[in-house]
Amino acid sequence: MTDVLDPPVHVEPHDGGHEEHHGPTGILNWLTTTDHKVIGLSYTVTAVIMLVIGGLFAEIIRGQLATPNGTLVSLAQYNELFTMHGSVMIYLFAGPFAFGALANIIVPIQIGAPDMAFPRLNALSYWLYLTGAITMLSGFFTAGGAANFGWVGYAPLSNSLNTPGAGADLWIGGLLLTGFSAIFTGVNLVATIFYLRAPGMTMFRMPIFTWNMLVTAILILLAFPVLTAGLIMLYADRHFGTHIYSVAGGGVPVLWQHIFWFWGHPEVYILALPFFGMVTEIIAVFSRKPVFGYKGMIFATLTIAALSLGVWAHHMFTTGVVLLPFFSIMSLLIAVPTGIKMFNWIGTMWRGQIWFSTAMLMAIGFLFTFLIGGLTGIYLASPPLDFFTHDTYFVVAHFHSVVMALVLAGMAGLYYWGPKITGYLLNEKIGKAQFWFLFIGSQVFTIPLYILGLQGMPRRMAVYPHDPQWKMLNDLSTLGAVLIGLSTVLFVVNVVVSWKKYPAGDNPWDAHTLEWFTTSPPPHHNFYRLPQIRSERPTWDHNHPEHRALHHGEHEPAHENAGAKQ
Amino acid sequence: MKVEAKILLGLGLFFGLMCAVYWNWSLENAGGVMMFAAMLLGFLPGSYYYWWSRRMKQRPEDNPQATQTQGAGVVGAFPGSSIFPFVMGMGAFFVVLALVFGIWLLVPGLGLVVWALLGGTAEGRRGGQH
Ligand code: HEM
Ligand SMILES: [Cu+2]
Repeated sequence: MTDVLDPPVHVEPHDGGHEEHHGPTGILNWLTTTDHKVIGLSYTVTAVIMLVIGGLFAEIIRGQLATPNGTLVSLAQYNELFTMHGSVMIYLFAGPFAFGALANIIVPIQIGAPDMAFPRLNALSYWLYLTGAITMLSGFFTAGGAANFGWVGYAPLSNSLNTPGAGADLWIGGLLLTGFSAIFTGVNLVATIFYLRAPGMTMFRMPIFTWNMLVTAILILLAFPVLTAGLIMLYADRHFGTHIYSVAGGGVPVLWQHIFWFWGHPEVYILALPFFGMVTEIIAVFSRKPVFGYKGMIFATLTIAALSLGVWAHHMFTTGVVLLPFFSIMSLLIAVPTGIKMFNWIGTMWRGQIWFSTAMLMAIGFLFTFLIGGLTGIYLASPPLDFFTHDTYFVVAHFHSVVMALVLAGMAGLYYWGPKITGYLLNEKIGKAQFWFLFIGSQVFTIPLYILGLQGMPRRMAVYPHDPQWKMLNDLSTLGAVLIGLSTVLFVVNVVVSWKKYPAGDNPWDAHTLEWFTTSPPPHHNFYRLPQIRSERPTWDHNHPEHRALHHGEHEPAHENAGAKQ
Repeated sequence: MKVEAKILLGLGLFFGLMCAVYWNWSLENAGGVMMFAAMLLGFLPGSYYYWWSRRMKQRPEDNPQATQTQGAGVVGAFPGSSIFPFVMGMGAFFVVLALVFGIWLLVPGLGLVVWALLGGTAEGRRGGQH
């Protein structure tokens, strides 16, 4: 089949050879590496550890709420726990996992690049992320405990009078470090995608995952500097006697909310778009079809990103000082491109030869769970309904449907791309068991919370009134949390059990995109040779020359021996 | 390069429109300023890319018919390993700890940052280790 290959040429690093790479080994190798795959792997491991830490906090929270007057933790500890649970999950798990871990590893390979555009900056991003995580978590070891003003750090609760102590400052410091880390990753991704694509890899041939990462990176560059500036002002208020967020000195507390959410809502999409990209690839590969509506998908992503900058104050409806109609209309408009994506995902599966691998099950679980989160979001975008449910468990349930969908998608990504990174597959039986625990657990955990929220149970409370129905619903939710916890245990068990057991080969899924053309794991600088790139599925075209002409949007029944791999 | 430029210009245009509508309607300044800045972030690099895209000849990655041979040659320097990102990261760590635990931590912090800046630049000039 080499006849369809161009002569094996490859971009040469200027030392001439990409195969013989003599670097330091062991711990020194880890400290000095600039290889995007190693950095990405460090990100992956660190982010999964953060998921486990944040998950442990969540289990303690749910343990406390299993009874109306729980005594597992004190009221003060509860405040620290929900603050650090939210902070660890959002700042230290979901974001870095999305744009530091998988994107770092996969994007350069998907576009045929030897590395990220700025490898040393990439390494710096990781060190800032790691030290930022350590900084934020070290709050638990200070006298006053960790930050306890919620993951949003609203003024004036976060000022030096209401929250003195090192924990809050460590929270701010940790966010400064991880904020710069994110910004550098954003710069790196944009430069890589704009400048390091392989010949023939035009913009409209890039895999959807890469497209989504480009848009995510642009959003990072728009949003994160705002948060960083806001945090510096918060620190100044706390220590230098400025009054930016305090009424006393002529400042405006609600300014913090504007700044925070001007970052915070785009952050929702910074978290979500990478996972949307993952499931798009996975659904196409395991339906054995091209992505349905490829350009529509890209257009939807760009529209979501653009609109996401104009909706921040839907988190502030109840402050009474925001322009309700503007933010309501903009928020509702986002449902349109998101709906397009939903239809495209279903369209991709439609009449495909579906292979229910663990990755595919996780992706389908994502669709279902995200649909619930998306629909309840539409309720919240309507001010009258939000007035009623704001700060109740309805909101907690809404965004947990969304984030649990992202966890499902992230797991799909690990099962799908893990073999490419490590060279070994994970056990599918344990994987499927993990899926059912995670998927059912997510629903059992969130659905009671919707009901509790509608009945008025406020969030961020360690105790609640004695009421048999509330106790029953809270117990159900705790049961869901336990199921989710068990799913994480199964994942760890799977990694241990499958350790170097099932060699993956270059392309175990008969997948479409360039990363499946190279070896697993890929060599230093990624490729020994590249195929012709004539569509958005170069590896597929190369492996199935008889189907080269297939274009996206075509409803061709999948080819013979499609199911052979099952 | 044209597609890249148009994405950024399009985003800039959208944010500009949104900024105008929002600022005039809400009379709220924080959001208006932030959306104005977002518009600039679309326009500044976008117009620069657009200007370039009209002056340079088509790159192989923009050519749908390109063969891999057209991409042969040096694409850039990719240092195989470097200690300076780590040094810089530790420096930044100490600078942030200085915000919390005492100003004296700025000494090691800024020291490491400066070392990493100088060392990293010199290494870049040499073309990096491999
Ligand atoms: C095992 C899975 C999880 C469980 C059982 C869980 C449980 C909870 C509960 C019960 C609360 C409300 C605490 C309160 O208001 O008193 C909460 C808050 C929160 N959770 Fe989760 N969660 C889980 C996963 C996640 C994930 C994956 C994310 C994000 C990626 C996340 C982000 C948040 C955030 C941002 C808050 C708000 C914190 C605040 O009010 O300041 N959670 N979680
Ligand atoms: Cu929002």
